[in-house]
Amino acid sequence: MHFILLERLRQGRRTLQWPAGPAPDLPDRFRGRPLVDPGKCSAGCRECGEVCPTDALQFGPGPLAALDLGKCLFCGDCAAACPEGAIAFSRDFAMAVREREDLLIGSPEARLLADALDGETRRLFGRSLRLRQVSAGGCNACEADANVLQTVVFDISRFGIQFVASPRHADGLLITGPVTRNMRLALEKTYAAVPAPRLVIAMGACAISGGPYAGHPEACDGAGGVVPVDLFIPGCPPHPLTVLDGLLRLLGRL
Amino acid sequence: MLRLRNGQAAPVADVPLLAGDEFRSTVIDAALGGARVLAFFGQASPDSRGAVRLWGVLADALTGDLGLLATDIAGEIFPSLTPDCPQLHHFERELLETWRLAPAGHPWLRPVRFPGDRPEGPALAEFYRVAGAEVHEVAVGPVHAGVIEPGHFRFQCHGERVLHLEIALGYQHRGVERAMLEMPSRRRIHYAETLAGDTSVGHATAYAMAIEALAGVAPPPRAEALRSVGLELERLANHTGDLGALAGDVGFLPTAAYCGRLRGDFLNLTALLCGNRFGRGLVRPGGAGYDVSGALAEQVRKRLGRAVPDVAGATDLLFDSPSAMARFQGTGRLWRSQAQGLGFVGVAARACGMARDVRFEFPAGLWLTRQIQTATWHSGDVFARALVRRLEIERSVAFVEEVLADLPEGPIRADLPGGHRVGAPVGPLAGSHVAVALVEGWRGEICHVAVTDPAGDLAAYKIVDPSFHNWYALQLALRDQQISDFPLCNKSFNLSYCGADL
Repeated sequence: MHFILLERLRQGRRTLQWPAGPAPDLPDRFRGRPLVDPGKCSAGCRECGEVCPTDALQFGPGPLAALDLGKCLFCGDCAAACPEGAIAFSRDFAMAVREREDLLIGSPEARLLADALDGETRRLFGRSLRLRQVSAGGCNACEADANVLQTVVFDISRFGIQFVASPRHADGLLITGPVTRNMRLALEKTYAAVPAPRLVIAMGACAISGGPYAGHPEACDGAGGVVPVDLFIPGCPPHPLTVLDGLLRLLGRL
Repeated sequence: MLRLRNGQAAPVADVPLLAGDEFRSTVIDAALGGARVLAFFGQASPDSRGAVRLWGVLADALTGDLGLLATDIAGEIFPSLTPDCPQLHHFERELLETWRLAPAGHPWLRPVRFPGDRPEGPALAEFYRVAGAEVHEVAVGPVHAGVIEPGHFRFQCHGERVLHLEIALGYQHRGVERAMLEMPSRRRIHYAETLAGDTSVGHATAYAMAIEALAGVAPPPRAEALRSVGLELERLANHTGDLGALAGDVGFLPTAAYCGRLRGDFLNLTALLCGNRFGRGLVRPGGAGYDVSGALAEQVRKRLGRAVPDVAGATDLLFDSPSAMARFQGTGRLWRSQAQGLGFVGVAARACGMARDVRFEFPAGLWLTRQIQTATWHSGDVFARALVRRLEIERSVAFVEEVLADLPEGPIRADLPGGHRVGAPVGPLAGSHVAVALVEGWRGEICHVAVTDPAGDLAAYKIVDPSFHNWYALQLALRDQQISDFPLCNKSFNLSYCGADL
C-alpha cells in the first residue's frame, strides 16, 4: 500500500491549468487553424487544390476563395504547395463552430467560433452534460483522443462532462467517423434512444464531411445527413484541446 | 513459388501461375512445413475474362523469404483449403464476400464485413448456437459502453461460463481497398494513415515500402531511422495505454490513471516530430515527411527520459500487485499450437512463446542493421500479453534513445524519378509488377501487397492488418472463461475494428 502512495506522490498532479490558466505549449509543427489569405493568391495556379486529398479548397473564377475546415485533414500539403504563401497553418487550436458553413475560411481575419447554447438548453446542460459516444466508421484516432479527455490530464469530469454507457442516460451524442452504411441504423437507433432535448456533436473531418472517405458509396459523407448536428469540431483527428474548447464554448463556459 | 525479401518488387510474370490442384498442394505443403500465410486474395484476372486471379503470399520465417504464387479460378466454386490449412479460414470467407468465390468444404462460411446492400447486417446474420435448457445467449454491440469502435459479440453461455464467442464485424467497412484503386492517387497515403488510426505510422510505412519498391526508389538511411523512431513511439504509446487499460479493467486504478497520462506523453513526442499526435505526415513514399534537427532530437530524448521512470513506476505497481496479477494469470489462455495453426501474429503470438516479429524475421530498412530483442512469454494468458508489452516498452525506449542519438546524416527524401511535388505520388510505378511490404506494427504484422497493371497503375492492393488474423484468437481465448472476464481478455488483445473492416 505505501508503495502505491509513494508512487502517487512521485507522479504528481498532472491536470491542465487551462482554461483557468495558460494552455499547454503545443509543438512548433502542430497544425491548427489555417490562415487563408486569398489576397495573396494572384497566380491562381491551383497547386493547392491539386495536392489536397479531400478537395477542401474552393476557388472563385481564378484564385483561391476559401478552405473548408470540415474537409481538411490538416496534412499541410496545400501550404507547402502554394508558391505565394496564401495558406499557412497556425498553432491556434480553437476551431469548433455551430454551423457547417462557418467552417469555410476565406480571409485571414476569419475566426468564427461556436456560440454557447441559449436559454433552456444551456440551463439544462451548462453544468452537467452526459454524452454517448458513437463510433461510426472512422479510424479510431478520434475515439482515442476522445478517451484522452477522460484522463487525469484533461479530466473533463471537472467541467461536469461525462461519457456514459447508455444513450438513455445521455444528453447527446458525440459522433466520430463518416457514418458507414453498416453503422447507419445503429446510429439512428442510438439517436432515437437519447431523450430530448438532445445535442449532437460531430467530431473530426469524417463525421463532418466524410473526411478521406468522402464520396465512398460505403459511407454517408458524415453525420449531418443522418442526424441534425449542433457542434462541428474539425481536425483529423482534432487535438483534445480543440474538442475540449468546443465543448466548453457550447456550454458557455469559455 | 517466387521468393522475395520484405520490401521487394518482382515482375508479375515471374510469379508461378499454377493450375488449381498444384496451387492448392503447394500452399498446403508449405503451411505444413511451417510457413505462414501473409495474404490470400483475389484480383480480376488480367489474362482471362471473368476469371479471378487468386494470389497467395507466404512467409518462411527460417529463411526470411516471402513466397508468391497465383492461380486463375474460372468458376464460382473452388475446393476450400481451410480444412487442410486452417490459417486460411478468414481469407476464404473474404474471397466469397469480395469475389463471389465459394470455397467448397469451408467449415463456417460466415461473411466478414457485409459490404454492399445485404439484407442482414453483421448482428442479424447467422451465428453458431449452442442449444440446451440452461444455455443462454448474450448479444453485445455494435454500440458499446465505452468509447470504442463498433462490433457485435455473441456469447453462448452456460451460467457465467462462456462456451463459445463469435464476433461479427463490418460496421467500420468504408471500402478502402476498392478506393485505393479507384479514388485519386493523392488520397492513398491518407487511406494508409487511417487504415487503423492508432497505427498510422505502421500502415503508412508499409504503404510507402510497397510504393517505393514498385517505383524503384530507396528511402535514404536518415528517413529509415526517423520512420523507425515513429514506429517505436507508436508502440510505446499504445502498449502503455493498454497496460493502463488492463489495470483499469481489474479495478487497479493507480496504474490506469498514470498510464492514461503517459500514453499521451508518447503521442506528444510523435507530435514534436511531425505536428500530429498519431504520426500523420511522418512517413511519405520516398522518405520521411519531416526532418529532425539535432536540437529537436535532443528535446525528444530528454522528454522520453522524463517519461521512462514514470512508466516504470506505473507498471511496477501493477506487476507487484498480487490481486491484479491473480486476475491476469490463467485468464484468456491461448495455446502455442493454436497460434501456430491459425497464424496469430504480434503480441498475441509472442505471448504464446513464439518469436514472431517482422523486425527480426523479415527485416527491412533500419532493421537490417539494428535489432530489438524479441520479447516472448510462454503462458498465453492475459498476464503473458501484459508482460510482453512491458518488455517491449523497455526495449523500444532503449531503441529510440539509441537511434535519435546517432541519426544517419543526409537527406530525408530519395531523389525521385520524374521530379517530385508535395503530395504527388513518387513517380511512375513499374508496370505488371508485384511488391510485398511487411511492418511489425504495435499489434503485430502488417502486410501490404501491391500489384500493378502494364501501365503502372495499381491493379490490386491488399491490406492485411494484424487484427484480421487475431480476432479469432480472442474468440478462442474466451472459451471456458467467465463472461465477466470478457473486457479484460478483449483489452489484452486490443484489436482494431477499422483495420479488419477496411
